[in-house]
Amino acid sequence: MGNPSTPPDLRSDASSGSLVGSARGDALFKWLLIAAACTIPALLLALLYELSSGAWPALSKFGLEFIVSGTWDPVAGIFGAWPAIFGTLLTSLLALAMAVPLSLGVAIYLTEFAPVAIRRPVATVIELLAAIPSVVYGLWGIFVLIPFLTTSIFPWLEANLGFLPIFRGPIYGPSVLAASLILTVMIVPFIMSVSREVLLAVPSGQREAALALGATRWEAVSTAIVPYAKSGIIGAVILGLGRALGETMAVTMLIGNRHEVAASLFAPGYSMAAVIANEFADAAGGPIHESALIYMALLLFAVTVVVNAAARLLIWRVSKGRGGR
Amino acid sequence: MSGPVRLETRGLDALYGDFAAVKDVSLRFPANRVHALIGPSGCGKSTFLRTLNRMHETVPGAWIKGQVLLDGEDVYARGVSPIQLRRRVGMVFQKPTPFPFMSIADNVAAGLRIDRSLDKSRIAEIVERSLRRAALWDEVKDRLGASAMGLSGGQQQRLCLARSIAPEPEVILLDEPTASLDPQGTQRIEELVFELKEEFTIVIVTHNMQQAARVSDTTTFFYLGAMVEHGETKQIFTAPREERTEAYITGRFG
Repeated sequence: MGNPSTPPDLRSDASSGSLVGSARGDALFKWLLIAAACTIPALLLALLYELSSGAWPALSKFGLEFIVSGTWDPVAGIFGAWPAIFGTLLTSLLALAMAVPLSLGVAIYLTEFAPVAIRRPVATVIELLAAIPSVVYGLWGIFVLIPFLTTSIFPWLEANLGFLPIFRGPIYGPSVLAASLILTVMIVPFIMSVSREVLLAVPSGQREAALALGATRWEAVSTAIVPYAKSGIIGAVILGLGRALGETMAVTMLIGNRHEVAASLFAPGYSMAAVIANEFADAAGGPIHESALIYMALLLFAVTVVVNAAARLLIWRVSKGRGGR
Repeated sequence: MSGPVRLETRGLDALYGDFAAVKDVSLRFPANRVHALIGPSGCGKSTFLRTLNRMHETVPGAWIKGQVLLDGEDVYARGVSPIQLRRRVGMVFQKPTPFPFMSIADNVAAGLRIDRSLDKSRIAEIVERSLRRAALWDEVKDRLGASAMGLSGGQQQRLCLARSIAPEPEVILLDEPTASLDPQGTQRIEELVFELKEEFTIVIVTHNMQQAARVSDTTTFFYLGAMVEHGETKQIFTAPREERTEAYITGRFG
């Protein structure tokens, strides 16, 4: 700046032509990136359009009645999704209720209390659980989990907690509870792994500050570390919930596939994803059956969007509560 | 001229696994005075400081040999709880560590809530008194419920000071408390240190020799994990007995 004469060595290095070329390259690159960034929302819109137009016959015939009706009769051409919606929500929430304490406990243990030498190996093993295909979980559920549940856990629950309607009634094996348990095993690695990352990211100064104030290690975890990581942990839980809501194969294999809302967790049920997977290949009820299934897919899509949006809102509000980060 | 000995170390080694970061340090810190620990980076002064409230052992693989006595009682003796010890020996760190999810008032009360079942008005009293002692009250009295993250770095550090004195410790350990502050914030902390020695015994680790000269009554020079020289601050800075001390304070190394 301020010096009008150009240093000669600069000119010898680059001609003016190549400078123009590089600017063009930048513009090209920018448009490529914009195109890439637009592709995903465009796909989403296309998907939404396909689902809506496919669901239209059922949507116009059953309207919102579809959501609350419990009748699913392909032969008569009457469809109601409530049992499947209920099954999806119930199994996912049950799985979350079991997986969250377990995952958080493991994550806290692995970041704060476990011997340093085992922290990484144990975390890696748990993360490997996420790599197992869900059909394998389904098989394991059928051949190992269900026999174990029907011979020991379910009878015990019925004998000891049978005064609750949810633990009463005939024991079939494939059931809402079995599906919830397999979902629990499947989402634990996600919640644990993300929570662990989040806990690891808490600055050590927070832990030290709490300890230096005379906190026990547990108090340091509960008063300083977990609150600091709260929004991240909520994110981890939502990730697990999203996975549970959409999980198809393992649930189909274990839930019993019956369009029914039963009080007992021992009873078979259905989930939205399982209905779609099971019935789409030969939608015996004709075009309206097929349309009803697409309608259900649209609902599943809506449920996951609503859950994720609610989660974002929650995270946003939690992190807004404090000025930092 | 020195009062009763509040803190004392005898033949103290502080180790990480096989590595001795502090070797054979025997020191006495009389009550109600400011004691500065100086020395180049990695000389073991911070590690030494952390043995005094048993924060050292929270690092995996860290352990000590020798003794640390608080009012004549060995803090590493069997049955002594580091939790109780840390309520009597408070600490402020190099970087301000307010709890970001807590309000200003809750930050100050953090050490009180952990154990005792004090009622609300008593906690509010202690919060106010601690903030006044940390010379922060006037700046935050209208926003005690606001997040601590809205404060400047210097204010955050005074908040941490208020937090550490709220439970009424006997000793305050300061680990380079002004290292991340601007000159103004540094000056406030130094003034506070000078005032707080009325009530507390203060041990301060510092990189800044002028700071040690300004605020402390005694100075200890550490080098390569060993205590090289210990004495009245005036003597250390005007007539050091050891050649290495002189070399360090005159800026020839470190």
